Amino acid sequence: MTTLLTLAVLVLVAIAIWQMTKIFELSQTKTEKAEIANDSDNKNNGYLLFVFLIFIYGITIFSFVKYGKTLLPEAASEHGGEYDQLMLVSMGIIFFVQTVTQALLHYFGYKYRGQKGRKALFFADNDRLEFIWTIIPVIVLAGLILWGLYTWTNIMDINEDDDPLVVELYAQQFNWTARYGGDDNVLGNANVRLIDIANANVLGLDESDPNSEDDIIVKELHLPVGRKVNFKMRSQDVLHSAYMPHFRAQMNCVPGMITQFSFTPTVTTEEMRLNPDVVDKVKRTNALRAEWAAEGRPNSDPWEFDYILLCNKICGKSHYNMQMKIIVETEEEFNKWLAEQKSFKETVMVDEVEEEEQAFNTEDGVDIELEETTSEE
Amino acid sequence: MSEVAHVSHDDHHDDHGHHHKETFITKYIFSQDHKMISKQYLITGLIMGFIGIAMSLLFRMQLAWPGESFGIFEAVLGKWAPDGVMDADIYLALVTIHGTLMVFFVLTQGLSGTFSNLLIPLQIGARDMASGFLNMVSYWMFFVSSVIMIISLFVEAGPAAAGWTIYPPLSALPMAQPGSGMGMTLWLVSMAIFIASSLLGSLNYIVTVINLRTKGMSMTRLPLTIWAFFVTAIIGVVSFPVLLSAALLLIMDRSFGTSFFLSDIFIQGEVLHYQGGSPVLYEHLFWFLGHPEVYIVLLPALGITSEVMSTNARKPIFGYRAMVASILAIAFLSTIVWGHHMFVSGMNPFLGSVFTFTTLLIAIPSAVKAFNYITTLWKGNLQLNPAMLFSIGLVSTFITGGLTGIILGDSTLDINVHDTYFVVAHFHLVMGISALYGMFAGIYHWFPKMFQGRMMNKNLGYVHFWITAVCAYGVFFPMHFVGMAGVPRRYYENTAFPMFDELTNVQVLMTVFAIIAGLAQLIFVYNFISSIFYGKKGPVNPWGSNTLEWTTPQEHIHGNWPGEIPHVYRWAYDYSKTYENGEYIIAGQDFVPQNVPLQENEEELNH
Repeated sequence: MTTLLTLAVLVLVAIAIWQMTKIFELSQTKTEKAEIANDSDNKNNGYLLFVFLIFIYGITIFSFVKYGKTLLPEAASEHGGEYDQLMLVSMGIIFFVQTVTQALLHYFGYKYRGQKGRKALFFADNDRLEFIWTIIPVIVLAGLILWGLYTWTNIMDINEDDDPLVVELYAQQFNWTARYGGDDNVLGNANVRLIDIANANVLGLDESDPNSEDDIIVKELHLPVGRKVNFKMRSQDVLHSAYMPHFRAQMNCVPGMITQFSFTPTVTTEEMRLNPDVVDKVKRTNALRAEWAAEGRPNSDPWEFDYILLCNKICGKSHYNMQMKIIVETEEEFNKWLAEQKSFKETVMVDEVEEEEQAFNTEDGVDIELEETTSEE
Repeated sequence: MSEVAHVSHDDHHDDHGHHHKETFITKYIFSQDHKMISKQYLITGLIMGFIGIAMSLLFRMQLAWPGESFGIFEAVLGKWAPDGVMDADIYLALVTIHGTLMVFFVLTQGLSGTFSNLLIPLQIGARDMASGFLNMVSYWMFFVSSVIMIISLFVEAGPAAAGWTIYPPLSALPMAQPGSGMGMTLWLVSMAIFIASSLLGSLNYIVTVINLRTKGMSMTRLPLTIWAFFVTAIIGVVSFPVLLSAALLLIMDRSFGTSFFLSDIFIQGEVLHYQGGSPVLYEHLFWFLGHPEVYIVLLPALGITSEVMSTNARKPIFGYRAMVASILAIAFLSTIVWGHHMFVSGMNPFLGSVFTFTTLLIAIPSAVKAFNYITTLWKGNLQLNPAMLFSIGLVSTFITGGLTGIILGDSTLDINVHDTYFVVAHFHLVMGISALYGMFAGIYHWFPKMFQGRMMNKNLGYVHFWITAVCAYGVFFPMHFVGMAGVPRRYYENTAFPMFDELTNVQVLMTVFAIIAGLAQLIFVYNFISSIFYGKKGPVNPWGSNTLEWTTPQEHIHGNWPGEIPHVYRWAYDYSKTYENGEYIIAGQDFVPQNVPLQENEEELNH
């Protein structure tokens, strides 16, 4: 297919050059009008316009055949199904309009190419035509707007119904952290001014807030299938964007405010790995990676499918590698995993007591840090 | 009686012009003549365009062959490409400066500055701009801002690298990335001067169009080019000051410790003092200009296309009044849709709903324009000059790129394609490529007007067009698929995600097309330069056009017309107009210039 496309391009270029030289010869007559299109220019370029139409269709078909399969697999969230459907319908409309209008444009360019003596039609206005092509877009767009807004309102209606799991996504240059509310499913207060790296309070949790105690901070996002998740996003430095393409979910993380998104995962990681599209994709990718491994390239180990959280707002040097693995699992697996994690109290607050005892005997730096925290409290 | 007085006044003005002595400096450098200023804009714009396109080729090579070593990287980027491997910071800088140069310096001032200056006085029948001096100041401010932008490429820590939208806090904090130091300061200073330049230019265009139209040139007889430039200038005056405010507040945050856009920041081990600002506020201010900017770029291109297409189709533009109405509708709507860049910025989702509504509305006047162009071709006698091909190409990419706007403008669908390559493909086709085509159409069409009747070589023009047209689709059509596979834009490389591995060969394909397209522009550069000196002189009115600029002599004179300013008796689109018996209005000529009075028995069909 690539060779076909390359050939088509070469042919087009060749035709262009051929006619260039041909007309160049004709232009040697040095008439005043040498640089104005004559009948043979009109003819050649008229034909080329027609060829170009075929090229547009060709590259469309080529892209669909060749790249259609690389697109994201079916949505793994509840609202994602509706998203995909709206996308499909919108794409259908777009492709219909694209096919028809490009055909008209280029066909007219070919059909009405200039000839000496041909008389153009003086056709300056037609209210009925204008009305038709105003009203049709109005109707189609009205439909799309209504459907889109209905879906949008549903997706963005973030509420506490159906006992959602509350998860904080915390962004910083250049990694993600997730925080769960713990047993009470309530996130403790936090602010960047409370960050205490020395004491491993990296998210700036308020230690005096009882809700913080059972919070669980992790570097891998686990979600139970079928339960609504309310995400609260924070960023500590610059803008980031939490992009979870498989769930059709995205929201920016903005320093100074908490942004929200909510979805219900519907397909576990295990199930998604068995999805035929995903199986094929993994196969193709691993074939490619095997080739790379043979060439001795780094980063070419076989790949196993996983959901992924990407940063999708330019955030600096390593923006391109700011990611976190997402694992969707059954409720039991999730609960088991969660139980294995240490709570904030267990990690930070315990450390702190220990350190407090040590601090007087060790480095000054820790000492100062401690004073700061205590004075703030 | 009053007419006689008018004429004598003009004559006097003209005499004055002949006595006026011009030195090299007043003629070529600090010129107040709109024709010279337009050439200055064009050449500055083309140089900036050359740099911008060259940058895009560099980062496209990095995307296709990530982490590979290229001699050219080392040669051009120096210390930012150790051993010929592009550094991640400089990748972001290249993307940022490419966007800035192309959007502002090439497609705003390079396009609008060139053709507004050239065509407004010539097509409305004026001796010059309302204020030649302001016009000169406007160009020189543009020049200074260009120079500062270029200087910023050479600062120690590298040029601005926060993306052309320079969202804070990334752009505000030098510790967030090296480009946010001196490079960003120069970027902001350059843009502030640029905005002042743009405002001076725009005000001049508006005043000129309103006040200096020749006798008989009513608003409804204006060529669509002038309508487009006029409305573009108005949008610029409405929205550019808001960008200036954003830039000034950002300068304050950066240099004077204010907190307009910053709050609660912990970076590199310390908490910064900023409190209470909001990056979302910056996004609102930026896009209040940023979106109208798309139309500031596009409307002049559409105006040029209307004129070029009608002339070369030997047909009136279809639906003149609908075209004017859609320019006005697009202009109005363009100022109330900015929020569609911010659906997932954290702004209130209800606002998202409103912006979805207004955004999709803008598709209606756009559709009307597209259909009107297609109908203009129908049953024409198409003279397929290079300018005409670029105009047809513009309509093609405008449709292809515009249609995907329906996806992106829908807040729901935007969620998953926001900031992916889908967006990059969309705006490059609908605004980048389309506006560039408009610019090329304008250059090929009005080259004889700019350079004393010399014409560009048409065959090189054809080669230029066809290679560019094929490659533009070759780069940007497959790019939609990359976006729909979820690949984010502004990634230095996609190798960190195995799910993107199989898209590497798409990147290679796109890059190959991009390089061919870039090389094809050299044909244009050669044609442009050699035609300035050696181009063949064509007839006074080479394209058989109706508008007034072709009634001026080929040699440039101060005041444009040697005698009286021509009066206008009809609209600009009486192409192939016939009497009822099928004879052309002027025997043997399929066009009736605007300065030809209505003939006996001729029906005034339009305006």
